[in-house]
Amino acid sequence: MKETLLKIKAEALASLESSDANLEEIRIKYLGKKGELTSVLRMMGQLSPEERPIMGQMANEVRTEIEEKLSSLAEIKKAKELEAALVSEKIDVTVPGKVRRVGKLHPLTQVQRRMEDIFIGMGFSIAEGPEVEYDYYNFQALNIPENHPARDTQDTFYITENILLRSQTSPVQARVMEKTQPPIRIISPGRVYRSDEVDGSHSPLFHQLEGLVVDKGITMGNLRGMLETFAKTMFGEKTRIRFRPHHFPFTEPSAEVDVSCFVCGGKGCRLCKGEGWIEILGAGMVHPNVLRTCGIDPEVYSGFAFGMGIERITMCQYGIDDMRLLYENNIKFLEQF
Amino acid sequence: MNLSRKWLTDYVDVSEVNNKDYCDRMTDTGSKVEGFTVLGEDIDNVVVGKITKISKHENSDHLQICMLDVGEGNDIQIVTGAQNVFEGAIVPVAKAPAKLPGGVVIKAGKLRGVESNGMLCSIAELNLTTHDMPTAIENGIFILNDLEESKDFVLGMDIKDALMLSDDVVEFEITPNRPDCLSVIGLARESAASFDKELKIPDPVVEKSADDDKIENYIKVDIKSQLCKRYSARVVKNIKIEESPLWLRMRLRASGVRPINNIVDITNYVMLEYGQPMHAFDYKCLDGSHIIVREASEGEEFKSLDDINHTLKAGMLVISDEKKAVALAGVMGGANSEITEDTKTVVFESANFNGTSVRVTSRALGMRTESSSRFEKGIDSENTIPAIERACQLVQMLGAGEVVNGIIDVYPSPKKAHIIKLDADRINAFLGTSIERAKMVEILTSLCFKVEGDDIYVPSYREDVEGMQDIAEEIARIYGYNEIETTNVVAALTQGERTPHQLYDVKVKDTLCAMGMYEINTFSFISPKYYDKICMPANDIRRKSVVISNPLGEDTSVMRTTSIPSMLEVLSKNNNLKNEEAMLFEVSTIYIPNEDASKLPDEPKQLVLGMYGGCDFYDMKGVICGLFDACGIKNYTIKAKSDNPTFHPGRCAEIYLNSDTCLGVFGEIHPAVSKNYSFGKRVYVAELDFEAMFEAHEAEAHYTPLPKFPALTRDFAFIVDESLEVGTIEAVIKKSGGNLLESVKLFDIYRGVQIGEGKKNVAFSVSLRASDRTLNDQEADNAVKKILKNLERELGITLRA
Repeated sequence: MKETLLKIKAEALASLESSDANLEEIRIKYLGKKGELTSVLRMMGQLSPEERPIMGQMANEVRTEIEEKLSSLAEIKKAKELEAALVSEKIDVTVPGKVRRVGKLHPLTQVQRRMEDIFIGMGFSIAEGPEVEYDYYNFQALNIPENHPARDTQDTFYITENILLRSQTSPVQARVMEKTQPPIRIISPGRVYRSDEVDGSHSPLFHQLEGLVVDKGITMGNLRGMLETFAKTMFGEKTRIRFRPHHFPFTEPSAEVDVSCFVCGGKGCRLCKGEGWIEILGAGMVHPNVLRTCGIDPEVYSGFAFGMGIERITMCQYGIDDMRLLYENNIKFLEQF
Repeated sequence: MNLSRKWLTDYVDVSEVNNKDYCDRMTDTGSKVEGFTVLGEDIDNVVVGKITKISKHENSDHLQICMLDVGEGNDIQIVTGAQNVFEGAIVPVAKAPAKLPGGVVIKAGKLRGVESNGMLCSIAELNLTTHDMPTAIENGIFILNDLEESKDFVLGMDIKDALMLSDDVVEFEITPNRPDCLSVIGLARESAASFDKELKIPDPVVEKSADDDKIENYIKVDIKSQLCKRYSARVVKNIKIEESPLWLRMRLRASGVRPINNIVDITNYVMLEYGQPMHAFDYKCLDGSHIIVREASEGEEFKSLDDINHTLKAGMLVISDEKKAVALAGVMGGANSEITEDTKTVVFESANFNGTSVRVTSRALGMRTESSSRFEKGIDSENTIPAIERACQLVQMLGAGEVVNGIIDVYPSPKKAHIIKLDADRINAFLGTSIERAKMVEILTSLCFKVEGDDIYVPSYREDVEGMQDIAEEIARIYGYNEIETTNVVAALTQGERTPHQLYDVKVKDTLCAMGMYEINTFSFISPKYYDKICMPANDIRRKSVVISNPLGEDTSVMRTTSIPSMLEVLSKNNNLKNEEAMLFEVSTIYIPNEDASKLPDEPKQLVLGMYGGCDFYDMKGVICGLFDACGIKNYTIKAKSDNPTFHPGRCAEIYLNSDTCLGVFGEIHPAVSKNYSFGKRVYVAELDFEAMFEAHEAEAHYTPLPKFPALTRDFAFIVDESLEVGTIEAVIKKSGGNLLESVKLFDIYRGVQIGEGKKNVAFSVSLRASDRTLNDQEADNAVKKILKNLERELGITLRA
């Protein structure tokens, strides 16, 4: 019987070695209900009680050996089949994807949001006001009386003698100060209008963002600090700012503010016209006449204000060389941002 | 203001500072520099030469061969085509290789076979005009012998030195608060303070005339309006009108002012130097020898010296004699009293007029002059005397006439000194600095403020300086704005956040972008014709717009009451640009006029959507419904709208929140509108009321427990008339489904021959669910039976067989 078992084992293993072996047939032939090994086991009863455990163990070993061989071969076969399937299912990954196109915010909105978020982070709220505005808020409350030469710098569209299209977002500041006692910390972004013919760098309608801080003990150093923080967040950690004295009727002292060029870092390039600096802001300490007109005591409170053109910053940041593109709304332009 | 740095040197010596450093520092201290020009840098190797011999050119009728002594020992030969040359003529010689204005390079060469080593120059070739050089002719060589100054010329001398062509001109952008800086002396003061240099402003000295003639023998002056604060006058007799000397002409040229004649040039020179506009009258034209400063009467006629007739309005300030107006005060003189070749006696006027009055007059008459632009900013009434004395000093220097003794100076209420307290601590607290008091005093003194104890005496020409803040600015700008330490605001914390309305704006825009829509940005003003383009009825209330009284043009003349035209313009532009498809939106403001025109209009926001190419009505509807779902708008109904003339009558709908609140309208634009924009394809727009959307939306989300028991679905299809709206069927199903009905979904609409003309097959899937148990088929069938029964009763439709 021992010989028979060994023979079965040798035959079974040999047949499994052959490359075209049909694993299922082999399993049935040897291990199936009517298989050769099963038949041998059926004859176990004829053995002596001494031989039975020895032969039983041996038969089990042969069975295990054949089963293991079978299952390892089955795994290899499965792997081969899977591999073949994967190869046959290969696709061309360079065929264009089914794009789920997302639209985009207008570049002006993107830049305005970024600026708003920076100031919100510094405790500012966003104040809004009418675009069609009283002369009083646009000029008079801001220390620009009628027939003041400063009105020349802002050619204004009028609706009636006393109503105009605001030429700056500052009237919002006046309205806020009139209604609120300090502490005040607001920005006012929005559309402003000036009677400029359309060209590459002018538009009768553009967007400004102004800021206003009024409280006790606000200093010009605070203004510099606030704008430096803004500039570093907006344009990069290495950005520096530069103040140049200027004149605005509603601030005293007043300044024009440059930031170091965010393209060349100050070395001089095409964007900054070799200057290393880009003028983007007007700022200053709120004029005592303005505070007084709005019902805030300049002996107790002080404040600063600043303003910038969103178009200018957008154009600088994206390298847009013609302002008209911003209002033409060509999709090929809008897609780029 | 163009400043000649040569001229500046008369008052402060900053000549060792190069142009760039000068401009940078002046900008840093508050006098903004736009740029600088180096005059004469485009001329090189042009010298003074003398023609020693002229001979004919053998191969030419018009060319001549000149030998020139240019101070080098050997004469040089130049061929010229000019005919006004002669032996002994002193001329500008461009010695090859030479550079001339306009990038012209002169090289040695041969002209018809004869060697020519340069060129003789005309005034134009040196970028000069006959105003600069009145003795020269336009077409011909510039004969220097005619210049008075040529007696000092040395042969071989650089022409730029001979003709004083070299100068550095700095262009300043002077802000309206500093009219005092519209002058050489004003900028000299700023320069001295900026560079810590000594300022020398000598008082002009006028020699007393030996005769006993006096001004009272000539004129009297009366001021009859408060708009004139001061009127100073002097008389000059025995005038000889001629050109001014070269140095004066060249200074005017550098400053951008055209030389005219000695008297006019003197008034311009003094205006540039002192910032005080002046005028000169021909004395013989003053009727009654009487100058009266008065306000014009309504309709008074006046001809200005540029020969334009004006009709004056009451209140405009004029200078007149006893019969007529002879000048518009501070704006321009009259043709009737202009200085001419045969003027013998002049009256110089140096006066101070009310800035607002000058401004209003010059604007009303459309006459902006160098004079009016200075007066309107408010200039110093203390400056009239120094200026008029300077003018008379120049008359004597130039030998232009004899200055009559005496000044008439009418000054009803002299200016009082303005004193501000110096409070160093407060200034430091305001600026955020710790500048020593002594340093403050030093800075103020350098700017010509006088400090005595705590009193700061503001110079009379600094009317812009009113209080502490102005003093702080003066100190800060010289100390250096950039020296002020940057510090953080130390104050009460404020919470920065967007308002719910602002957050909604962000949400709506972001949602639309996520759905593939691009945001656009359009002008708020439009042409009233745009209302016609969208076929708005003639009596539509929206045609009443806020109108701009001084628009740039008709295209931008009214504030829009609807943003549809703006959207269609953009869609049309993209279509014309051959962009195949477009899906756009804008959250835009519209302007609804107030019935009371003295009140501000209402400015609500609209959301406008627009699309064409690869989309249809249901894409537009899908965007809107998707947006509403994302932005918290529920329970709205969509109803067909067939009478909005902008839209296709069969492809337009309105969205209602309830019977009163319309959230907006959308659909395909009417073929007539489409034609107005030359689309040639179907275009869809929506106009939604952003404010109503905001009011309607639910910002907060609420949790509904997820279903615990399975749902059963039942599908059914009907053949119905084409005119029966799916929405109607859906409404009946919803109404009849009871509380087991979870949802109704249309999943197919089919039209075809087997269905029949004018019919459609509509198929719905209904989902039924109970929240407390698993439904059995019996319950579901009962619910469906009820639905079908109601459909049959109310709409007369039955299940498709």
